[in-house]
Amino acid sequence: MSVKSYRQALNEAIRQEMERDERVIVMGEDIAGGMGAPGEDDAWGGVLGVTKGLMPQFGRERVLDTPISESAFIGCAAGAAATGLRPVAELMFVDFMGVCFDQIFNQAAKFRYMFGGKAVTPLVIRTMYGAGFRAASQHSQCLYPLFTHIPGLKVALPSNAYEAKGLMTQAIRDDDPVVIFEHKAMYDEEMEVPDEAYGIPFGEANVTREGDDVTMVAFGRMVNLANEVADSLKGSGISCTVVDPRTTSPLDEETILETVSETGRLVVIDEAHPRCNMATDVSALVSQEIFSDLKAPVKMVTAPHCPVPFSPALEDVYIPSTAKIEAAVREVVGKGH
Amino acid sequence: MSGQIDPIVMPKWGLAMEEGMLVEWQIEEGTQIEKGQEIADIETTKITNIFESPTSGQIRRIVTSDGETVPVGFLLAVCAGDDVSDADIDSYVEDFKANFVLEETAAGGAAPESVEIAPGQSIRYLTMGNGDTPIVFVHGFGGGFDNWMLNQEALSEDHKTYAIDLPGHGGSTKQVGEGDLAAMTGTLHDFMSIMKIERAHLVGHSMGGGIALNFAFDHPGQVASLSLIAPVGFGTEINMDYIDGFISQTRAKKLRAVLELLVNDPAAISTDMVEDIIKYKRLDGVGVALGQLRDKIMPEGRQASQLKDRLDDLVAPVQVIWGRNDQIIPSSHAEGLSGRINVQVYDDTGHMPHLERASEVNTLIGDLAASV
Repeated sequence: MSVKSYRQALNEAIRQEMERDERVIVMGEDIAGGMGAPGEDDAWGGVLGVTKGLMPQFGRERVLDTPISESAFIGCAAGAAATGLRPVAELMFVDFMGVCFDQIFNQAAKFRYMFGGKAVTPLVIRTMYGAGFRAASQHSQCLYPLFTHIPGLKVALPSNAYEAKGLMTQAIRDDDPVVIFEHKAMYDEEMEVPDEAYGIPFGEANVTREGDDVTMVAFGRMVNLANEVADSLKGSGISCTVVDPRTTSPLDEETILETVSETGRLVVIDEAHPRCNMATDVSALVSQEIFSDLKAPVKMVTAPHCPVPFSPALEDVYIPSTAKIEAAVREVVGKGH
Repeated sequence: MSGQIDPIVMPKWGLAMEEGMLVEWQIEEGTQIEKGQEIADIETTKITNIFESPTSGQIRRIVTSDGETVPVGFLLAVCAGDDVSDADIDSYVEDFKANFVLEETAAGGAAPESVEIAPGQSIRYLTMGNGDTPIVFVHGFGGGFDNWMLNQEALSEDHKTYAIDLPGHGGSTKQVGEGDLAAMTGTLHDFMSIMKIERAHLVGHSMGGGIALNFAFDHPGQVASLSLIAPVGFGTEINMDYIDGFISQTRAKKLRAVLELLVNDPAAISTDMVEDIIKYKRLDGVGVALGQLRDKIMPEGRQASQLKDRLDDLVAPVQVIWGRNDQIIPSSHAEGLSGRINVQVYDDTGHMPHLERASEVNTLIGDLAASV
């Protein structure tokens, strides 16, 4: 056990799986870097350094720098997965999905269905998401709801370094296509992470706080904000449950319904745009299944329905904040007594 | 010239403890206390426990009040005689607060180490204290060295102590070999050989009790005394709902219900304890290791090894400690033992007397070790 960053935890998971299983390969733009420039091998390790050190250990055969063509290398990874390898492809920013989505949702996600259950596609797509980086509207989006919508894809959102290692390991060992969303503002966040390999099962939510008054269901980086709010509201006598679903597909409906039944109040926190996102999905689930257990209307805290602003001042207002989450919690707790 | 002032500070229970909450004082200012007297309840993220006074004297000042959380080593109360003035106590408290720094030992203290006992097989252990014949603690099924967090430090005042992670557990490698008591006993012997421990006081809990006892049969010359806490090997019954639930439950809520079988008071099972076990069980190889131990040590729901008939062969002094309300291995297994074995069965106690009755169990272990 030692303290590792989110970045190191992801790197360690990939490295340990590459050591364990030689079918595991990684590919993407500049994931090693320095191709063709003598003395500069492994110059990048990916745009934020997650894959640094893999190329010197495993060689260019298993760590493939690709041309800047997502449609080519994501398609290539899907094909490699269907024919015996276990590729981990890096889609640098999820915002670039537009040029390779056919390979993901019409090809990789459909192979098992269209080939009579005989094809397996153990493909992992790592991708960066989230605002807060002053990277403007084409490099800051939270597009996991789009992937969650597609049957045949699994979608994971690690909320800290421990989760990152376990979910990445699980993703690589899974026989279906998995898209793993890494929040770009979390790479330097550190915590204790076991040195040994471990997987965290998909579809099992983590209840990070247990309380009586309100349940917060939060996704990805928002889990940490929800935890912060839960801890600070203790002093005001408001006791919160926080649920980190870990994966949006499959979704652990059981834990969400059980914890919301217990508290009777729900606040869903989702950094994605408000229409057809995880917040609406969870709200619908709860309204349909346990409406009679609710003591107050469900409250959603999300980004607004507009592109991520480039202006730092506007971007800060755009992202769900602890203040907004706290206000939502106070509002629902004030009802239904 | 003023008399002596004794500080009472926040204790450190277990490696991870950095702070604790003083739940409630059981004494007040002016009370005359004795060393070992129960003076407060203290809660950490891992455990809630009774705090016994480390000193004797009169409580002159309570510094940390009910409900307050303070770091390890911080002043809880001040003990002093009548010859010390209130002003001196005021300035002592002020000085303490002004000079208090979070010590390295509070955050870290002794750190666990690993030793390779065979190629590719390592054992993690925690050692504390100094002395001639060490005490070696052996945990039970699914446990680890931190099961002894309320025992090891206390006993390390007079002894060198080792608490190990058995194969398949904690930070040790996860291969368990044959996975039976003999294999575990062999590992303990390998560990002691490599650590150059020629003779030790063995303290074993549950499965670890069976391992310690089996070790004493195999290597009688290396055992100075044996303290067996709710050990296997004394009967055939064992609660497989616990064993199977421990292995199979992956969700906190369901696992908590299983772990509550361990103790008399379910509140003793903290959220952190549940979370730590879930994380441990996710590590590669743990599921296989636990399954193997179950299949060999308790095949078909019954204990495989019957050891108690051979107790009379042992030369070393033996004591058997049990909780009357043990829901894992019934305390009736402690009945009918020969008179030379000291048997202690605690009321209102479950399968974990070393946690639930820590100080009493520590006294028993210390006294037995001192008697040889």
